[in-house]
Amino acid sequence: MSKTMTSKVLVLTGYGINCDIETQHAFKIVGADAERVHLTDLISGDKKLADFHILALPGGFSFGDDIASGKVLANMIKYNLGEDIREFINAGKLIIGICNGFQAMVKMGLLPAFDGDYATQDVTLTFNDSGRFEDRWVHLKSNKSSKCIFTKGIENIYLPVRHGEGKFVAKNPQVLARLKKNNHIVFQYVNNEGKFAGYPHNPNGSVENIAAICDVTGRVFGMMPHPEAFQHRTNHPAWTREELPEEGAGVAIFRNAVEYARERL
Amino acid sequence: MTSRIEVGFKKGMKDALGDGVKKRIVEDLHINVDSVRTIEVYTFDASLSEKELNLLGEQLFADPVIQVFSSKPLAEDFSWLIEVGFKPGVTDNVGATSKKASEDVLKSELRGVYFSRQYLINGNITKEDADKIAGGLLANSLIERWVIINIDGWDSKKGVHLPLPVVKGKHTPSVSELNLDVSDSRLKEMSVQRLLALNLAEIKTIQKYYSLTGVKKEREAIGLSLPTDVEIEVLAQTWSEHCKHKIFNSQITYTDDKGTKTINSLFNTFIKRATREINKPWLVSVFTDNAGVIKFNDDYNLVMKVETHNTPSALDPYGGAITGIVGVNRDPLGTGMGARLIFNTDVFCFASPFYDKELPPRLLHPKRIFEGVRRGVEHGGNKSGIPTVNGCIVFDERYLGKPLVYCGTGGIMPSVINGKPSHIKELNPGDLIVMTGGRIGKDGIHGATFSSLELDENSPVTAVQIGDPITQKKMLDFLLEARDLGLYNAITDDGAGGLSSSVGEMAQLSGGCLIELEKCPLKYPGLDPWEILVSESQERMTLAVSPEKIDEFLALAKTRDVEATVIGTFTDSGKFHVKYGEKNVAYLDMDFLHSGLPVMKLNARWEPRKFEEPVLGIVDLTAALKTLLSRLNICSKEYVIRQYDHEVQAGSVIKPLTGDGPSDATVIRPLLDSMEGVVVANGICPRYGDIDTYHMTACAIDEAVRNHICVGGSFDHLAGLDNFCWCDPVKSEKNPDGELKLAQLVRANKALYDYTKAYGVPCISGKDSMKNDYIIGRRKISIPPTVLFSTIGKIGDVRKAVTMDVKKPDDRVYVLGTTKDELGASEYFASLGFIGNDVPRVDAASARQLYIALEKAIHEGAIASCHDCSDGGLGVALAESAFSGDLGMTIELTKVPVENIRRADTILFSESQSRFVVTVAPDKVRRFEEIMRGNVFADVGAVTSRQEFTVMDGEKVVLSAGIDELKEAWQKTLRW
Repeated sequence: MSKTMTSKVLVLTGYGINCDIETQHAFKIVGADAERVHLTDLISGDKKLADFHILALPGGFSFGDDIASGKVLANMIKYNLGEDIREFINAGKLIIGICNGFQAMVKMGLLPAFDGDYATQDVTLTFNDSGRFEDRWVHLKSNKSSKCIFTKGIENIYLPVRHGEGKFVAKNPQVLARLKKNNHIVFQYVNNEGKFAGYPHNPNGSVENIAAICDVTGRVFGMMPHPEAFQHRTNHPAWTREELPEEGAGVAIFRNAVEYARERL
Repeated sequence: MTSRIEVGFKKGMKDALGDGVKKRIVEDLHINVDSVRTIEVYTFDASLSEKELNLLGEQLFADPVIQVFSSKPLAEDFSWLIEVGFKPGVTDNVGATSKKASEDVLKSELRGVYFSRQYLINGNITKEDADKIAGGLLANSLIERWVIINIDGWDSKKGVHLPLPVVKGKHTPSVSELNLDVSDSRLKEMSVQRLLALNLAEIKTIQKYYSLTGVKKEREAIGLSLPTDVEIEVLAQTWSEHCKHKIFNSQITYTDDKGTKTINSLFNTFIKRATREINKPWLVSVFTDNAGVIKFNDDYNLVMKVETHNTPSALDPYGGAITGIVGVNRDPLGTGMGARLIFNTDVFCFASPFYDKELPPRLLHPKRIFEGVRRGVEHGGNKSGIPTVNGCIVFDERYLGKPLVYCGTGGIMPSVINGKPSHIKELNPGDLIVMTGGRIGKDGIHGATFSSLELDENSPVTAVQIGDPITQKKMLDFLLEARDLGLYNAITDDGAGGLSSSVGEMAQLSGGCLIELEKCPLKYPGLDPWEILVSESQERMTLAVSPEKIDEFLALAKTRDVEATVIGTFTDSGKFHVKYGEKNVAYLDMDFLHSGLPVMKLNARWEPRKFEEPVLGIVDLTAALKTLLSRLNICSKEYVIRQYDHEVQAGSVIKPLTGDGPSDATVIRPLLDSMEGVVVANGICPRYGDIDTYHMTACAIDEAVRNHICVGGSFDHLAGLDNFCWCDPVKSEKNPDGELKLAQLVRANKALYDYTKAYGVPCISGKDSMKNDYIIGRRKISIPPTVLFSTIGKIGDVRKAVTMDVKKPDDRVYVLGTTKDELGASEYFASLGFIGNDVPRVDAASARQLYIALEKAIHEGAIASCHDCSDGGLGVALAESAFSGDLGMTIELTKVPVENIRRADTILFSESQSRFVVTVAPDKVRRFEEIMRGNVFADVGAVTSRQEFTVMDGEKVVLSAGIDELKEAWQKTLRW
């Protein structure tokens, strides 16, 4: 592996993905060379995944959430770019999916990817218990034993969720046990005192309050809340009453990825 | 043969949709059911093998973690089954996505895939109840159909068979000729029958045009004689109230107690003139394009438009509202060379969702309207990735007749693109006419002329359509890419009037056009040429593309999965020329089409009305405040706000809610590497119009402006958008008080001129919707005259913005502005069942001075919180500021600056304009008071750590409540 000065980030766009511009910006402010690439350009081969170090699947409403959120996008990626993605992962590179990107990742089997199988779906993200789309800020607590590259050094973080289908469900108790045992769980919803609590602190009814998971390598990561929506202190809902650093807390997640890529890829 | 795949939840999995439906059956329809479960059904217009269906179920339709699927009926264990699907021709977004995704899985083409949903209801209910649930909640008979099956009649082998919603019929498209040489009464009949909405004078003008020798000769030369239906439809839509704003441009004879005056065009006399006279250097393009354009900074311009979608929302609230929002999105996109969309703002006017009287025929229950509109805007905004940053909901019983759905959208564009100013459209004869996006169907035919009529039993179903945000989002992404590559010369949206309007308007830039209708992509065959031309099918834009760029343009469209078709050529022939195959079907002079419309002449007569003045005794102020906080017009709209994504694009600075309380205006940062912000606000107060629409409009303008000032917006960089929704102001047999309604319109416009001028806040774009009446049988419901004044402005540095929540104990509380005895049409009087007469009046000169000072104080950081005083007056504003900051407050009523008031309730609840509640940290008091010197303001109390809201009148406590109690009163009403 060669060391490069700037990490190259592919921010996917097209078909109703809609957080691509701010996701690109979050990567840019931590020094990455981030490019928005239309899915059709990847499929046609005009752009090559192999030319990038980090792949970001941003939030949005790909295909209008028709059939199920992220599902149609998942199929499109899986059947057209499956091989490229596997090579990307095998090359030690990083993938982050946020909200709709996370939904697509679990539905194509990229997460949790037990036994290195990145093509079988074991968990899902489905309709919130409230039956509603909701935009609200939530407190997240990280799993200290997680190997997740993206969340290194983050203990707690406050971010917005904006989804109607974010309830995390595992296929069966064995899957859930394995997620816990092997530290796939990265973030869990908590209340403002850092304790597990019900709605609205757990905004969607996720099993075990799960908000984010990664694969065993910690390099493939998905989360429902939006770190790219907290790039500046003025994004925080209480910024006019609290002393906050100028940079939004969400930026750390992108910085971790870009620094890892810079050092290791 | 058809095939079906049914998808249901595994046993034990929560069915959130079913649970939600059950809740609404019980709460809204008052029918007791035990449970509701749902099954999604995908029906294929093909006979697929079991293997193929399995493949589709496994790989696409069912989530293996939580769902099961079958090609056989899944339903079991229910009392009643209701399956709801679309009628033929209605937009089926899930069906369309399913088709594409199924084709990818099967690797073969499919004819059609259609979506329907089953509701399995358990409970001891009758067939009548089931009918009520289907027609009253689950489906809208205008666009959907359903079957109801009782468990006793259930055959699990046969299952459900809804007919496929395929548009059938073998109509051969044709053009008919219309003979206009008939009697006047026959002409009037023709206008009514064909839904032309043309009056006699207008049809006679058309009649005269066709009798001109020159016209006759030219038409004969290309094989045309009598007017074609294509031509008449084009004229009707171009001349519709919706497109030509005939009432706003009419000649009005206005009479009031001061005498009689003639007004030539309200639009020119009041709105345009004010903007021209204000003449701000940052105005870029006003009243000429699809949206107004102002400067944001040296490199970027802001674009904004507000539209209404009232009648469609009355018929199908979901479809009407989603079409409203994705429709107005295309206005900034179709302005200049096209803008990137950065926010939506929505204002709704409904009757009370708790309405419990009998519903007049054809009207939907206000709660159903509320829910449908809310959901339509949710899907339209959220799925498009545009934050819904601000809005409000106004309640009044009269909106039962027609709900008002105002949808606004803002955009941003580089001021120069490819070396040219981006706000200017330029096209040349020879440029190709290109249509992009969706296909054309019968949906939305006559939308433009239809919205120019009142709602009655003949209101056509084709006017109802459902927006498809994803088709539009794909198109939008593609067009911005094409814009930056310089692939087109001009762009406009296909909205009201369809191609007829979009091409017709663009053709004015070249001086003519030739449209070849047979090239237009259709959703299904069988459309007559006139239908293709005036259809308002959604998600379409029309562009002018140079012949040398066309290949590149079409290639990029194809790559991005966006349909784009060349449908003609812009010319300099002076003609609006339309062909269908080899046949000429329309040949109209551009001049006549756009300038031939005769000016309407109308009378207006103003007579002030006198309302009963309440005589008030001793009032329990604590109870009165709680009542006001709970009122529909004041209470928390969190239920709606949370379901709108207000933070996508990551520029959110001031959100709709601050610490659970109501923010005044919104602030966003559209360019993530800049600290400059956009401020968006709205003002609307239809109640005041009961007394005088002049003051109503003045107050709406003041409300929007002071909301903008509240958050720290610049008073010198602020533009307005006027949006009038009126009841029919043209006197006729069925509308005897038309002259009064027109006088109300004149007065509203006069206020618009006076106050935008006084504030230096020019209007840059506007809209009017003039026929918001319901007439069926002898029942007539007219909406109250309503003006929405929306603003878009700038804040130089968003870090200076201020929110409305009190910040720290011991901060001083100030009231800015004078409180007068102005309870006329207030929420307080309304809560007591009165209107009264002393409507709030805006003193623009003192307000202006105050706003300048307040802006300075905010920018110097002297202010901790700032909240607007509006509905419910000081009492409500103070309470909201306190509970939003989670702190208490002690107020001394005697210190509030007042004019001629003796009663405490008047001080607390008067709705005098141009007032603020401000808190200031003790160490900033001196500087704050220095800046405010010369204005009316007073220190009236302090923020307290004790969470108690207390009002003193001298030594006496006259109001006292815990802030939690007040917050609860404010939140409980719409906590659904």
